[in-house]
Amino acid sequence: MSMTEIKPSAATLDKQLIASYSHINPGKIIRWTLLFMGGVVMVMPIVYMLSTSLKWPHEIYNLSIIPDEPTLENYIFVLEDGRFYKWFINSLIIATATTVSAVLFDSMVGYALCKFSFRGRMFVFIAILSTLMIPTEMLVIPWYIMARDFGWLNSYWGIMFPGMMTAFGTFLMKQFFETVPDDFLEAARIDGLNELQIWWSVAMPLVTPALSALAIFIFLGNWTAFIWPLIVTNSPDFYTLPVGLTTFSVEQSVQWELIMTGAALATIPTLIVFLVFQRYIIRGVVMAGLKG
Amino acid sequence: MATVALKDLVKTFDKTEVLHGINLEVEDGEFVVFVGPSGCGKSTTLRMLAGLEEVTSGEIHIGDMMVNHLEPKERNIAMVFQNYAIYPHMSVRKNIGFGLRTAKMPKADKEKRIDEVAAILSMSELLDRRPSQLSGGQRQRVAIGRAMVRDPQVFLFDEPLSNLDAQLRTQMRLEIKKLHQRVGTTIIFVTHDQVEAMTLADRIVIMKDGYIQQVGTPTDVYQTPANLFVAQFIGAPSMNMLEGKLTDRGIALDAGFTIPAKPKNTSQDITIGIRPSELTPAKEGEPALMEGSVSVVEPLGSETLIYVDIGATEIVATVPGRILPELGAKVRLIAPEEEIHFFDTKTGDALK
Ligand SMILES: Nc1ncnc2c1ncn2[C@@H]1O[C@H](COP(=O)(O)OP(=O)(O)OP(=O)(O)O)[C@@H](O)[C@H]1O
Ligand SMILES: [Mg+2]
Repeated sequence: MSMTEIKPSAATLDKQLIASYSHINPGKIIRWTLLFMGGVVMVMPIVYMLSTSLKWPHEIYNLSIIPDEPTLENYIFVLEDGRFYKWFINSLIIATATTVSAVLFDSMVGYALCKFSFRGRMFVFIAILSTLMIPTEMLVIPWYIMARDFGWLNSYWGIMFPGMMTAFGTFLMKQFFETVPDDFLEAARIDGLNELQIWWSVAMPLVTPALSALAIFIFLGNWTAFIWPLIVTNSPDFYTLPVGLTTFSVEQSVQWELIMTGAALATIPTLIVFLVFQRYIIRGVVMAGLKG
Repeated sequence: MATVALKDLVKTFDKTEVLHGINLEVEDGEFVVFVGPSGCGKSTTLRMLAGLEEVTSGEIHIGDMMVNHLEPKERNIAMVFQNYAIYPHMSVRKNIGFGLRTAKMPKADKEKRIDEVAAILSMSELLDRRPSQLSGGQRQRVAIGRAMVRDPQVFLFDEPLSNLDAQLRTQMRLEIKKLHQRVGTTIIFVTHDQVEAMTLADRIVIMKDGYIQQVGTPTDVYQTPANLFVAQFIGAPSMNMLEGKLTDRGIALDAGFTIPAKPKNTSQDITIGIRPSELTPAKEGEPALMEGSVSVVEPLGSETLIYVDIGATEIVATVPGRILPELGAKVRLIAPEEEIHFFDTKTGDALK
């Protein structure tokens, strides 16, 4: 029944930080060095992406990080090209719709699997989990046949349908709902809420950290998805951003500076999603601290 | 307000029977406390009453209705849980008003009702706070407020005080008692703390292993326990139990002395029980009931607990605080004849 101990105040956190700086020892130096190297490895591609997007075409095979003549020409070109907007919007619609759908249905199914006991519950759960073992590459052909037979090729629905619910999300949400005490649900039941209301207005608010994490995963996964959108579409009208960006490379020659510019622009929504939901994750963790 | 009746209530979990036919009638406005050791089926009984567990067999009546097949919300009861179950993402006002969400009444009336309840529980200034900004006792009060706001026929409490520290627990106990005197609603309260049971209850229901052992007023169960279990469970420190055999001269106790009493019993094995508070040091020259040497002394201020070895048996006596015998000292103890309880050792039943 810990009510408060999980919430160190900002002041104590600061103190811990200061304390950790003041004790510099060899172990710490090694750890920081490794972390620094890891950071460099992670950041380099992003740095090159930004730097290339600021270069003129003749300079792109020059590996310098700072362009000789920095230019915004590529950004102007990409942003003036109507296709970029089209693809950007496509990606946005698809990633958002899939995220909303998956978060909703994953948590609904996860909730049912966690909080209701019914015949065959274990079987359903294991069946859902076992789909995690099948790689996307193997599923692409049956999906394609299905999309073709139903006439879903070249449509938003065709791109979205495999991701409208995810086994991973169901599993994640089921595990998180285990942390919601049954008392909360029973209290609501006695207060006269029906099961759908209990799920929505009692259980869901208690797992916001998990919902945010899941939303980030699913959004990023769909935003960067490449293989399936490439296969199910062949009209540029339905390309998503990752698929569309590759077409910059086939026209005359590979136009890396344009691809990098598009990629740089494409990271903006992912940053926004992350920044928005990250706040909820932190708030969620704080809230979890007072659970009775 | 309503009466509650349980008739031959049986509960089975996966073929294990955990309640074996519970019969109880609760009067309108009565405060009934279920007490018993962990796992005896108190919560299960309460949850069946609330409609959270299905009834395996038997009947539950609330008022003049058989409620076996009614949903929790249709039973017009309210329940307060051990860990409060107040929602961390809602303000106190929202939490208290939660029970009214589905009620058909104008918003202004709802607000008025919430304010009333908050006033009764003296929480009016806390209505806009979040649960994280409340103390344990205040959270428990919010939970009680949420139960009160709907004006239910019966309140059910499942160990509502067990998460509070000793001092707060005493205080909340008093508040719940006052609340009952004020609103007069029927209350069924579960606890495993016999002090809580004694202080709160109009009637106590003592349970063990899925059976009711005794139902009675606190005085009843204290003064005339129905069996060995009740005798030992109620009262602190526990009643001293001494086993013996029925002989011509009375009951020859294994501890090495004889009590000149002959309760009627079919078997020869008798256990006698004497509450520690009934044992007092014998005066000079007075014939003692038993004699032994002091093994432990626990001064509590107003009284002193002395543990006395009588033969191989250890007994406890509560004596006034000013008496502090030395370790190993010989003590001679007496007890009023009418305060000696007799039980059949085999069945545990009390004997006349
Ligand atoms: N959902 C369940 N499935 C199986 N057995 C259960 C279930 N709930 C309770 N039991 C069993 O029923 C018995 C009574 O449990 P119950 O919770 O009513 O005890 P209790 O008297 O409330 O104890 P405590 O004081 O520990 O709360 C216990 O043996 C318990 O193991
Ligand atoms: Mg219990």
